[in-house]
This record gives sequence, structure tokens and C-alpha cells, in this order.
Amino acid sequence: MTETATALALTGIWKRFPGVIANSNVNLSVDAGSVHAIVGENGAGKSTLMKILYGMQKPDEGTITVAGVQTQFNSPSEAINLGIGMVHQHFMLAENFTVLENIILGNEPKRGVSLDLMGARTRLSELATKYSLQVPFDEYVSELGVGDRQRIEILKVLYRGARILILDEPTAVLVPQEVDELFAALRDLTAEGITIIFISHKLDEVLAIADQITVMRAGTTVASVNPKQQTVTASELAELMVGSELPKPDTSENTVTDKVVLRVADLAVVNAGGKHVVDDVSFRIHSGEILGIAGIEGNGQAEIVDALLGIVAATGEIEFLETNIATWTTRKRREHGIAVIPEDRTRQGLLLEAPLWENRMLGHQTELPNARGALLNPAGAKKDTLRIVREFDVRTPNIEVHASALSGGNQQKLIVGREMSGNPKFLIASHPTRGVDVGAQAAIWEHLRTARAAGLAVLLISADLDELIGLSDSIAVLLRGKIVTTVDPQTVTPAVLGSAMTGAGA
Amino acid sequence: MDYLKRLGNSLLAPLLALGLALAVTSIILVAFGSDVVMVFQQMWGYGSQASSIALILNLATTYYLSAVAVAIGFKMNLFNIGVNGQYLLGGMAAAAVAGHLSLPSYLAIPITIFVAIVVAGAWAGIAGWLKVSRGVSEVISTIMLNFIALGVISYTIIRTHVGEDISVNVRGTRTIPKSGWMPGFKLANSDTEVYGFIFVALLVGIGYWFVLNRTRFGYDLRASGMSPSAALASGVDSKKMIAVTMLISGGIAGLVALPDLLGSSHTYTLNFPTGFGFTGIAIALIGRNNPLGIAFGALLWAFLDVSSQQLDLVGVPQEIVTILQGVTVLAVVIAYEIVRRNKVKAQQRDVGLALANQEVGA
Repeated sequence: MTETATALALTGIWKRFPGVIANSNVNLSVDAGSVHAIVGENGAGKSTLMKILYGMQKPDEGTITVAGVQTQFNSPSEAINLGIGMVHQHFMLAENFTVLENIILGNEPKRGVSLDLMGARTRLSELATKYSLQVPFDEYVSELGVGDRQRIEILKVLYRGARILILDEPTAVLVPQEVDELFAALRDLTAEGITIIFISHKLDEVLAIADQITVMRAGTTVASVNPKQQTVTASELAELMVGSELPKPDTSENTVTDKVVLRVADLAVVNAGGKHVVDDVSFRIHSGEILGIAGIEGNGQAEIVDALLGIVAATGEIEFLETNIATWTTRKRREHGIAVIPEDRTRQGLLLEAPLWENRMLGHQTELPNARGALLNPAGAKKDTLRIVREFDVRTPNIEVHASALSGGNQQKLIVGREMSGNPKFLIASHPTRGVDVGAQAAIWEHLRTARAAGLAVLLISADLDELIGLSDSIAVLLRGKIVTTVDPQTVTPAVLGSAMTGAGA
Repeated sequence: MDYLKRLGNSLLAPLLALGLALAVTSIILVAFGSDVVMVFQQMWGYGSQASSIALILNLATTYYLSAVAVAIGFKMNLFNIGVNGQYLLGGMAAAAVAGHLSLPSYLAIPITIFVAIVVAGAWAGIAGWLKVSRGVSEVISTIMLNFIALGVISYTIIRTHVGEDISVNVRGTRTIPKSGWMPGFKLANSDTEVYGFIFVALLVGIGYWFVLNRTRFGYDLRASGMSPSAALASGVDSKKMIAVTMLISGGIAGLVALPDLLGSSHTYTLNFPTGFGFTGIAIALIGRNNPLGIAFGALLWAFLDVSSQQLDLVGVPQEIVTILQGVTVLAVVIAYEIVRRNKVKAQQRDVGLALANQEVGA
């Protein structure tokens, strides 16, 4: 670092929402041209702080100083005028536009009334070269991978003149090799004087990239560490984050039996465009076994789940407890003991505008205790919902509130509790701990372990490689709809798994 | 206390909407140069007479059935715009059959009702089938089926033996024998009969509530409306739901013609009142697809219809009521959205508070 000017400083930031204090006395000082990481578990106040930083929300108290000038902004566009830009975790790109069109979207260069595409291209080429962020300007975004999309998002913000970039969980969707590329790009950016605020809870990555680390807990900044000056380990950071040691996904003893619960052979799914999104997939899952599926998202995981549930048409054999279920309806499959923790809980797992006890029925609306014959049994469902709330520690004042009022982690615990009810034989768990806090994550892992020990067969799909390696008895790697290799979680490392996922190694 | 709070919340939106609608109408009345207080006094004075109340109840019965037919589709985001054609066709078929029945009341009336339900249900079923098998939007197909129904009815009445000359220049189905009429009752101080069919409407309302809230089918239906993707993952067969819901919606639509047919006209002529299907859409919106809300909406709408007849006599265009009705629908949509957002915020605050307390306690 050649310059030590402060790019951005927050002092005494408070943000209260009705009934909760999201940020209390947050202090942050970010050096220009550095990578400043903000770490903390879910619910620690990172997202509120981030929203304040890029103008989505206004703090109730406290001051924001940008490049030495005290300021305030009321909208993201005012923030970007001050040079603060946000790169979202979920990319906000129009699939059927080219890269160039996406970057200028919302900030179109004009010459008279016509679009000045040539001028934009020249400026962007300069930016791309200067910051080594090469993207194919004329390709459609739908053709591009995650890494490219992220570079587009970064370029988009730089194009609008940002000097301070906020990156929200930028590595969540990347494989290890792409993470390395991203980090290289971030170093080039800081070398050019751009300041990066890096929000993450992956501590090893934070240690690898950050010049300064601020730890948040329970809405406030609890510590500031400079890893370049003092040695700090990931577990020390973790302790700062949670006040205790991080839980680890770990299945202690082997509970795999020789009873095959699910046998899938030559499974194939063809999408509307005629493309084989799942091709020639075969596997077996035994009672007491967790089979992990590793793969970059969009390589056929969702389609395998849909095929197993009978939501999409598929060819091949699906045998459940030695019965061919390929022709069964979704409802029949679920009634016979196939449970599912869906990938997107708000889209597939919950009725957001219905009370918790009605959500207890979802997917089990034909089963006890929710129904008797053709009639519903609200009393039974309510009673069992109370049990789930108690046993799975769903934090809610009562079971009449709508599912939308719960936090993501509590919604997920409700779903896990529901799917573990009614003695399932086979569980499809898609990203079971995505977006939940550390405490809920540990609880969900524990429930999976217990159920596995009791003989449940589990198909675990996850983007969290530590979770896959820690929980699975066996891991199949999925690439472009095919299982390319199967690895032993006892011996595999995230790096090896990462290469297999991209098709680079194995 | 909690109960009172909930009751207050559920009344807030309709009251807000009504207030908003009255305010807008008042502004329009002032712009017309009318005396606002006088207009509302006249409407209330006329509408609250016993004979008017009987008319209002009769009209509301018809509106209620139409709105429930629409609402059951709305509950799963299925827009049955074809209630109009369904009830006209079902009504004609029921009238044609009933005209030829010489059976005691306890057989004739159920048979008439059955025919209306089946014919109207089958007509709606065409739209359901088109959607399930060919992906045709039910909005388009039901609108088209409305026109086709009108054509079929005219042809049948004018060109076939189903139609007879009822009086000079009026053709209709054979008049239903007295045993097939549904007896009504009179309110005190009034000669106008209230249709007996009002009790059928009441049963339909109760049945609608029960099916939606107490049966598996109702749960599947509501789940499909709230989140099609979650319903699918939970094992709801969406095609079957569309087909069955369309049949039920059409079946209830078939009842719309009957209060009038069994209570007063006793024949289906080409002058049979039309347009109830569209009124039903507006009332389902006002009532937010809730059986009690729809009843309130139907009564309000009927009151406005009946009391507006007085306005011409005092020199105010009665179209002002049409404006009031339209504004009410818009106001309801707005008011409910405002109240819903507040409710979501309040719930999130409650959850936040409860959790904060738990953490302090822990």
C-alpha cells in the first residue's frame, strides 16, 4: 500500500428496525486501495451494513465519510455518484442481452438520440485492459459461466465510475479455480487504487485476500484485525465471530447398510430445447448412507431432484425399496416416504402467505396428522407444528404467523422438521444449510446425522464443499448432466473436488 | 384482546375502501354541481324501504353466486371470465328441462338445479380442457365461449322447438309449471317476495368456506394459488386441479340464473338478464374471495343498484352509482394492499420482538 488515505469511514452507525436492532455502534475505517473484509455469521448485521453502504437504507444515527468528506446518500444512485458500487451475490443480468448491452444497461451512452455503442465499447475496452477484467463483449450473457458473469458485474460498477466496490459473498458461486482468478483480479484493482469491501463468511478466503478484517457480531463491530501485521488463524476469527468454536460437519462412524433404498439407472432428462440436461446418471443409495452430489450449479442437480420427485419427465429406471416408481405421481412418491428439502425454500418449500401450521401440511397434505380422508385436520397439524417448533428450535412467537415473517434459518428449520416427520425412507436435501446461520447449520447437520444413523438414505446436493465432504459417505461429481467421477470424502480435498467439478482434473 | 385486534384489522380494509370510494364519488358529485348530502340521503332513504330491501336481497343472491363462482377460480389464479355465458346456457337448459317436468316440487327443483350445474359446468369444462391439453389461456377461451353461448342460446330459442312463443314477439322456453317454482317469502311491510334461493346461496357460501379451509382439495387449491411451484413440489397435480376447479366454478355459475328463473320469470326468454358474470368478478374482488366478504360486497352492490333508481327522480344521473361501484373496486384493491403490507410489517416486528425477548431471557 503506497497511500494510506481513508477511502471510507463509518462512525457510530445505528440502524433499528421495529423490534430489532440490526446495527449498533458500527465503526469501520477502510483504507484506499485495500481489500477490507467484513466477516460475521448470518444475522450479525453484515447485510444491513452493506445496504447502508450502497444507499439502500439510511442509518438512524452515525456518520459516513467518503474520501474525507462527511456525506449521506438516500439511494444506490446517489451512492454510485460518490463512487460506491455494489456487486451483488446474485447476478442481476439480462440473459438475452449481450455483455456490452448489459454493462451499459441503465446508463446508456447517447449521441443525440441514438445509442453510442462505439464510444461505450472503447471506454470499456480501456477499463477491461486497465483492470485485467477480460470479458467477451459481444456474447450473450446466457452463454457465459459464473466467473464471466461476475466480471461483468464488476465492470458494470466500474463503468459507472465506482472507486469503492462492495462485493457480497463473491465466492459463494465460484469453484476454487475461479476464486483464484477473482482474487488475482481484485489485486489488480487495488493496485490501480480501487478499494474493495469484501463481505464473506469463508474465513480461509478472507485470510488469503484481505488487507484488513473487521469482525461483526450481534449487530456491532467487535474486532479489527490486520492479517499482514499479526498472524491470525481462521479458527481465531471464527471464535471472534460466534464467541465460540465453529461447528464442523462431520459424520463420525459409518452407518451404511447393505439395504438399497434408491437405485437409479440410466436416468436422463431432456429440456425444452432438446438438450440432455441429465444424461446417463446411475447411482445407489443404501439405508444409512448419505450420497453427496458435487458440481457447479446448473449442471443437472435441479433436474435430477425434479426427476426423482416426478415433477419433470425422465427416462431410465428409478427403483425405490425394490419397487419401480418411475411412473408414480409426485404425491404417491411423497406418500411412500420420499422427503425433500428443496433448493429454493421460498419457491418450492413454503407457502409464504400462509401460517406455519398450514406450511406443516405442505407436501404432506394427505398424511397424518394433517388429514383424515379427504378432510384436513387443522388441530392435528397445529399440534405437530408445535412439536416441530420445539424440537427443531424454530424461533417464532406462535404458529399463526405467516412463514414470510420468519428468518431464512428458521424457515429452513421448519422445513427440515417437517420433512423429518412421518418416518421418511429417503431424503433429498438440496443445499440444506444455504443462507442459514452457524447455529442453525450445526442443528441441521446434527438432524441429518441422527436420521442417517436411524437408517435414512440421503441424497445431499450442496455447493458447500466442506459440508459435502464432512457429511457424505460417498460423493459423485456432476458435470454437464453426467456423473464424471465418484470420490471418497475421507481422502478428497476441496481443491481436488473443485477441479473435478470444472472438468479440469480427475 | 387479540381477537378484537384481529377483527379490527379485518374490518379496517373494507372501511378504508368504502370511505375512499365515498370521498371520490362526493368529489365527482360536487363537480356535477349536485348536493352531496341530499344524494346520499335520497339513496339511503329509498334503499332502506322494505320493498327495496327485498329487491336488494334478491339481486344480492344472484350476485353472490356469481362472485363465488369467480372466487373459487381466483383462489388458484384461474380467471373464469365466462361465468356470464355459463349461467345463461345453464339457465336456458335448466328452464327447458323444467318446463317439461310434471313432478312434485321436491323432485322438480333438484332436477332443475342439477341440469343448470351440469350444463354450465360442462361449458366451463371446455375452457378447462383447452387449458390442460393445449395450454390455451382460460381468460381468452372463456371470453370466446361467452359469445358462443349467446349464439347457441339465440339459435336454440329462435330456431328449435325448445323455444315457444311466450307472448307477442317474445320467444322463450316453455313456462315452468307451478310445482317447479321455488317458493319465496315476504318481509314485513312489503309485497315483494324474497327468492327462496337465498338459502341455496347461503349453503353455497358455507360449502365454499368448508371446501377451501377444511378439505385436502381446498388446501391443494389454495396452495396452487399461493405458489404454483411449491404446490407442484408438494405433489399437487396442477392439470387435474385446473380441470376440476374449472368444472366447479362453472357448476356454481350455473346456479346464477336460478334465483330469477325459479323465483320470478319461470321462463328463459331472450330478454333474460345478462351481465351478472361480470358483476361477479367485481364483487369477488371487493370480497377478496372470502365468503363473508363476498356477501358484504354483493349486498353493497345490490343496494347501490336498487337505490340508484331514485337518483333520476331528483335530477342526478344514476350513472354516478356506476362510478361509485367502479371506484369501490379500485379502492378495495388499494386498501387491502395497504393493510396487507402493514400486517406483514407488524408480523415481522412481532417475530423480532419475541426473538429479542428470548435472547434476553436465554
